[in-house]
Amino acid sequence: MSFTGLFSIALGSILVENYILVQFLGICPFLGVSKKTDTALGMSMAVIFVMTLSSIFTWMVNEWLLIPFELTYMRTVAFILVIAALVQLVELFLQKAAPALYSALGIYLPLITTNCAVLGCALQNANASYGFVEAVVSGFTAAVGFSLALLLFSSVRERLRFADYPKAFEGFPIALVSAALLALAFMGFSGLEVF
Amino acid sequence: MKQGFFKRTGRQLADGLWYQNPNLVLLLGMCPTLATTTSVMNALGMGASVTIVLTFSNLLISLLRKFIPKQIRIASFIVIIAGVVSAVDLLLQAYLPPISESLGIFIPLIVVNCVILARAESFASKNPPLASAIDGFAMGLGFTASLTVVSVIREVIGAGSIFGVDISFGIYKPMLLIVMPVGGFLTLGCVIALMQHIMSRPKKSHSRAEDMEAALADYREEASAELEGSDGKVRLGNESEHAASNNVEPEPETRTAGKEEANA
Repeated sequence: MSFTGLFSIALGSILVENYILVQFLGICPFLGVSKKTDTALGMSMAVIFVMTLSSIFTWMVNEWLLIPFELTYMRTVAFILVIAALVQLVELFLQKAAPALYSALGIYLPLITTNCAVLGCALQNANASYGFVEAVVSGFTAAVGFSLALLLFSSVRERLRFADYPKAFEGFPIALVSAALLALAFMGFSGLEVF
Repeated sequence: MKQGFFKRTGRQLADGLWYQNPNLVLLLGMCPTLATTTSVMNALGMGASVTIVLTFSNLLISLLRKFIPKQIRIASFIVIIAGVVSAVDLLLQAYLPPISESLGIFIPLIVVNCVILARAESFASKNPPLASAIDGFAMGLGFTASLTVVSVIREVIGAGSIFGVDISFGIYKPMLLIVMPVGGFLTLGCVIALMQHIMSRPKKSHSRAEDMEAALADYREEASAELEGSDGKVRLGNESEHAASNNVEPEPETRTAGKEEANA
């Protein structure tokens, strides 16, 4: 795979096809943990870590187990199990090997099992029948795009506390409206391509 | 007995459709609400799929609730849900290929839809099969209803059509922005704001307020029991996510209840 190809995958998943703002994957953590930049940063780190690993492992499961044995109809079940097991494993490993990082990630690590960006990325890699390097790059950069949107949004939301808006918009609605403005900004990237 | 059953079912339906609408009040399962509401047809397809998955996964989980060990229940629920979702996915591919194609990756992603795990955890794992299936169906209907509302707004404004039939008659030009991702966030934000506005107004009927207060008390009890029971090291995300949504959800109800008392 040429460098340009990988670069276009990276550009695609960070900006053009941003997981949160264009594809609507991973909205729950996007709205749930974006109240403070600190927690958003913790979540971003956890997602980058797990999504890269999960794209490696789901690629292996898909290529070496599901396709040779013609079990592709079991993809959803297999992938969610791999991701759940992986999150649990990463949790145990970090607890032992890097307690500081583990306590920094805290509750966000187990939350990732139900993050649809992780499963969505694995499924999209499988659908696009990416090679190993492409799948890893796509997983990593998708997570970077996720983090970018999450961090931008959390800093917007920190300022929202001092904003003056109608009472009915308190909480989620105003967050969604600000997310719409952020999505508007990301629309500017659509059509961007590398040759 | 019979009457009690109907009353309870009615209340479950009312909860699913309105008082505890999974999307607009509990704020769960946002991804499909934003992504699949670009047209009414897509929204109905998604809503129907989620309703089927919810009903059957609730039924199965409720039937197996005495056999599933408490420590690994979340993992077991996910496997059951993934099985049901795969079945629905294959059925759609076989019989409704256009819908399956336009919903794409969001059908397999029903597995990680928080609504389904939340209902499995908070209802189906504690209640008998029939009530659980009805609960799943009611919640699925509520989900479908909110998806339909959002998608009607988006399709009428954004594409000038409904079910793909042109209704703009050249009077107005469709505002393309609304069917793009931006419009999803914007429309859902406004719909939830409207819902919050309606919910925060004081209610007329006294009995309904009492009902809601009782339901709220049940809910709190459940949540605290869950918190106490969860020190067995089962701290998968869904629990905390669900707890978080619980914290968000009762606010408007308490507010109305308080006002109700003040009125009385």
